[in-house]
Amino acid sequence: MTESFNETQPIYLQLVQKVIMQIVRGDLKAGEKLPSVRESGTQFKVNPNTVQRAYADLERLTVVETRRGLGTFVTEDIVRLNQLREQLKHEKIDTFIQDMKEMGFNSNEIKAGLYEHLGDKS
Amino acid sequence: MSIVQFEYVSKKYYREAALDNVSFELPSGKVIGLIGPNGSGKSTTLKLMAGLIRASKGKVTVCDKPACRRISEEVAFLSELDAFYSFFTVQETINFYHEQYKDFDMEKAKAMLNFMQLKPDARVKDLSKGNRGRLKIVLSLSRQAKLILMDEPLSGLDPIVRDSIIKGLVSFINLEKQTVIMTTHEVSEIEPLLDMVIAIRDGHVLKIEEIDNIREKYNISLVEWMKKVFV
Repeated sequence: MTESFNETQPIYLQLVQKVIMQIVRGDLKAGEKLPSVRESGTQFKVNPNTVQRAYADLERLTVVETRRGLGTFVTEDIVRLNQLREQLKHEKIDTFIQDMKEMGFNSNEIKAGLYEHLGDKS
Repeated sequence: MSIVQFEYVSKKYYREAALDNVSFELPSGKVIGLIGPNGSGKSTTLKLMAGLIRASKGKVTVCDKPACRRISEEVAFLSELDAFYSFFTVQETINFYHEQYKDFDMEKAKAMLNFMQLKPDARVKDLSKGNRGRLKIVLSLSRQAKLILMDEPLSGLDPIVRDSIIKGLVSFINLEKQTVIMTTHEVSEIEPLLDMVIAIRDGHVLKIEEIDNIREKYNISLVEWMKKVFV
């Protein structure tokens, strides 16, 4: 499977985001092993150094843990994972609200719009 | 630690200067792209590193040694041209390389042949262009050379072959011990593989930059960056 990268952000950052999305979506569960650096490299056709850098960043974010000789695993810290999910939610909502305000919608219009939109579909 | 050093290097072919007083250093453990228009001096730079040609002036150091013909013991060079004995089979070609180079890893060669789906008993002269491209990659990556130089590894090959070459490279390269330097025109395709680029034009090094920096600082891809650098 090939997945493409956008043109503007560093590839290691895009890899970080991909893994975070997989975790938030539940494709990667708490305590699950991530593909090895080489497996990921081959899958995405990127340099192993880039994957290494992405995994190091994820570790710094305490989203994954590297166990010596075993590989890299999603953290089992459920609190951290929930926090990550919330954090991502807020980020997306922030961008949405900012876009809406730039177009001149006020808070009530945004709320009403959301209510209507979700009400229609749920 | 740097694996390649150029100090005030010039290379002239008759009167024509292919490289003009060039100095730079490249770190080990990276995949480095050498980019530039045709005739910019890319192949000359690569051949100097491989010890295949000698500098007219200045000093080229590779793996802490002056780059001369004997550097081929430590440097694998993948030529843009085919350099096989056409009457050999694939296996015979592998065996020949095994005899020529002390660092040739037979196990790795076997694994790579398998990965590239090359038949050991096929004759080299009967191979398609794509499979000859694949065989070249097998031969150069099967060596445990500190430095692997590739001159246009993807050029003239179809997308499926290019894909298998890129995947083969990622799967079999050992960046803890090896460094790859390659020239290429397929810049957008190769960008995810690169740590660094050197931009060369008219025999001068215009820039050496890390790929992540290009994206972080300017928010542009390598192709866009090239358009700016080469203007």
